[in-house]
Amino acid sequence: MHIMSIPSALIWAVWLLPLGAFALISPLIRPFPGKAEPASFISIGAVGISFALSLWILASVLQAPDRQIILHGADWLSISGGPVFNFGLLIDPLSAVMLSVVTSVSLMVQVYSRAYMHSDPSYLRYFALISLFTAAMLGLIVSSNLLSTFAFWELVGLSSYLLIGFWFHRPSAVAAAKKAFLVTRIGDVGFLAALLVLYTKTGTLDITALNSPGVLSAISGGVLTWAALGLFLGAMGKSGQFPLHVWLPDAMEGPTPVSALIHAATMVAAGVFLVARMYPLFQAAPHALTVVAIVGAFSAVFAATMGLVMKDIKRVLAYSTISQLGLMMLGIATGGVWVGIFYLFNHAFFKSLLFLGAGSVNHATGTFDLREMGGLRKKIPWTFAFFVLAAVSLSGIWPLAGFFSKEGVLAAALDKQPVLFGFALLTTFLTAFYIFRVVFLVFFGDYRGSHGPHESSRIMLVPMGLLAVPAVASGWLNANGGFEHFLGDGATHGFWSGFIGALAHPLALFSLLAALLGVFSAYTLYIKRWISPDKVKWFLRSPYAIFTRKYGMDELYENIIARNALYRGVFQAADWTDRVVIGGASAGIASLTTGAGRVLRRFQTGQIQLYAVAAVLGMTAIVLIALVRG
Amino acid sequence: MGINIAFWVLAVLAATGALAVVSARSLFRTALGLVLCFLSIAGLFFTLSADFLGIVQVLIYVGAIAVLLIMAIMLTRDVEKGNLPSTLKIPALVSGLAFAGLSVWVMLNTSWQVSSEAPTTPTASTLGNLLFDQGGLVLGVEIAAMLLLAALIGAISAAREK
Amino acid sequence: MTAGLNNYLVLSAVLFSIGLYGALSRKNAVVVLMCVEIMLNAANLSLVAFSRFVTPVALSGQTVAIFSITAAAAEVAVGLAVVIALYRQRGTVDVNDINLLKW
Repeated sequence: MHIMSIPSALIWAVWLLPLGAFALISPLIRPFPGKAEPASFISIGAVGISFALSLWILASVLQAPDRQIILHGADWLSISGGPVFNFGLLIDPLSAVMLSVVTSVSLMVQVYSRAYMHSDPSYLRYFALISLFTAAMLGLIVSSNLLSTFAFWELVGLSSYLLIGFWFHRPSAVAAAKKAFLVTRIGDVGFLAALLVLYTKTGTLDITALNSPGVLSAISGGVLTWAALGLFLGAMGKSGQFPLHVWLPDAMEGPTPVSALIHAATMVAAGVFLVARMYPLFQAAPHALTVVAIVGAFSAVFAATMGLVMKDIKRVLAYSTISQLGLMMLGIATGGVWVGIFYLFNHAFFKSLLFLGAGSVNHATGTFDLREMGGLRKKIPWTFAFFVLAAVSLSGIWPLAGFFSKEGVLAAALDKQPVLFGFALLTTFLTAFYIFRVVFLVFFGDYRGSHGPHESSRIMLVPMGLLAVPAVASGWLNANGGFEHFLGDGATHGFWSGFIGALAHPLALFSLLAALLGVFSAYTLYIKRWISPDKVKWFLRSPYAIFTRKYGMDELYENIIARNALYRGVFQAADWTDRVVIGGASAGIASLTTGAGRVLRRFQTGQIQLYAVAAVLGMTAIVLIALVRG
Repeated sequence: MGINIAFWVLAVLAATGALAVVSARSLFRTALGLVLCFLSIAGLFFTLSADFLGIVQVLIYVGAIAVLLIMAIMLTRDVEKGNLPSTLKIPALVSGLAFAGLSVWVMLNTSWQVSSEAPTTPTASTLGNLLFDQGGLVLGVEIAAMLLLAALIGAISAAREK
Repeated sequence: MTAGLNNYLVLSAVLFSIGLYGALSRKNAVVVLMCVEIMLNAANLSLVAFSRFVTPVALSGQTVAIFSITAAAAEVAVGLAVVIALYRQRGTVDVNDINLLKW
């Protein structure tokens, strides 16, 4: 089947359409602050067309020579006599896949938001911002130059800040937005430093050029490693990897659909995408790649343990996201681009579905607290069905999508980093446990809340249903190595063969066993209550305390680093310097001036002849000096 | 030769007059010393072949300014106090001597381009041409006229009874 | 001894310095004005001397002297008017007593 190749103007339109929607809606925020239906239609229409276009792009890339479409675009910045920063688009299988993921998830989230946000007084602002968010992410994906990538990167950060702090009248939302902005900014410093290093060494920031073997071999090993680590630091900030993960759970303060978007497709995916985009560079710096793998694997287990004990459904999902992103990083570092991106691809669907499900539960019960739910499977059957599907997929249970991507990561990790494979396997168990803990606590047992639960409207259920399809089936794309073939180097390294054949491999059975064990443990604890959860809590009280206190990371940042090191140390020292040294110096100069004035004014006697004497003697002295000095 | 003698005599007279101004006890002697000084300088102008300026000196300084100063002495009632030195007598003496030393030293150590041409006499017509002829200093004359007018009005407005 | 340029200049310097000393040391404002006039005359003398010995034909020094005399006339008129006004105001022309502008 031959499809007409997409015209370049339409490639531009993919990210310009949501941007246009933002530009169109944002001037209307003030005159029509409340509910305004057309705004959501503009926004949804724009992203819908973008979605259609990105599917066309995907088809076109398959047929393009070298599976690449490069649009030169325009020269953006030129340094006189030096190279030119080009603002162009780079479409390859990686960006084509990412485009589809982002546009589809964004489309579903926006449709869902029409119902979820329908009574919000800032309805228009919401859609303007979400369009900006989508546009920034799409721009980041297609940009062909690291400098413009960085610009979009920051734009993603800005729009996430605005969306996390969407309900800015709530102090906790403001704090969360600030935290997200500042923490990701730490990573961005690394990104910027890496850009400077790369530019100084190579004279270009063009992604294709930077990834070419010729340019990479021109940079010495150590510098390249540092540059790669700088890029990864940026990715850590955006993707919430340890130790820059602290902003992600707090980002739950934003509206739930925004959380779905941040956690599935846009914000956090940017970090993984950056590593995938610069993968040849990372490959040339094996030490950096090892760091990526270690940080990823550690974050995966680290976040999963905290997910076990959270009482807020959205926080469980947030820690789950950190954990899953860790696995993506591990996948990229050990198995290459396709492993990580395939994971991202599947995760985007089931994780956004989980968030939308959580939003739907919230709509039904008015709370996010797991302790006030229970027995909802009868009350909201559709939400229950979608949520369970997504949970099974997240747990990585055959034959749902999560299974296939998780197998890719596990196989790659076993091959390259056997120790980290252990981490990944442990994460599989923990993931299954914590997500089924949520499922059992929310949908089974007796209802513990006071709010009369009711099923959500169709506008919310339809996007969830549409997302459930890929959440179940997106993994099948690689059942025969198709996805790997598309994103990888053309060869197939997968150990499985076919949809059923995947189960034949011992590794697959092993990980499936781990996942089922997790589900069974949750079942034991929360359904059958053969062992009381409280007993377990008491028995494991010290790890439980550590997990609930989030390993003290917030305290570390707030009390030790912010309050003691920065506030008591650096800032007080700066304050002291300002007050004593600089203030003292200026006060000293001032008092010296007034003192000198007090002395010198005595010469102002009002005796005009004294002045004349001084003038004559002075003039004489000047002439004398001029004569003597020649 | 006659001019030489005249110079020395007039120089001594001028210096005497000036010293009388700064040292005489009575204010009237001060005024007379001033007149003597002015007249001697007018004579010195004649020895320098500046006949027009000599006459102007007599007319303006002796005839107008000195008389004006004497009238001022009479108008103020400080006459009886005499010509007293202020508190700054010593610093003033030092300044005067320093200035004198410096200027004499500079004058004697500069090689002036002395011309040996015979001086123009009489000077009145030449000066008239210099001031009023085409390419002359007519603008300067006009400005001087403005200055005099302004001084006239200023003096009247400052001194009249309010 | 022939009276040359230097003789006139030294005389001018001596007269000027005497005037300077007087202007700086006399109490009476009118005498101070007189001393200023002596200084102006000394300057005129050097101008005319230069005119005679350096440019005997062109007489440029004498031209400047004419302007300086004009200025001196204006100066003495205004100066005396100020002294009279001062006397009316303060009842004295002692420069040591006229010291309002001080710290």
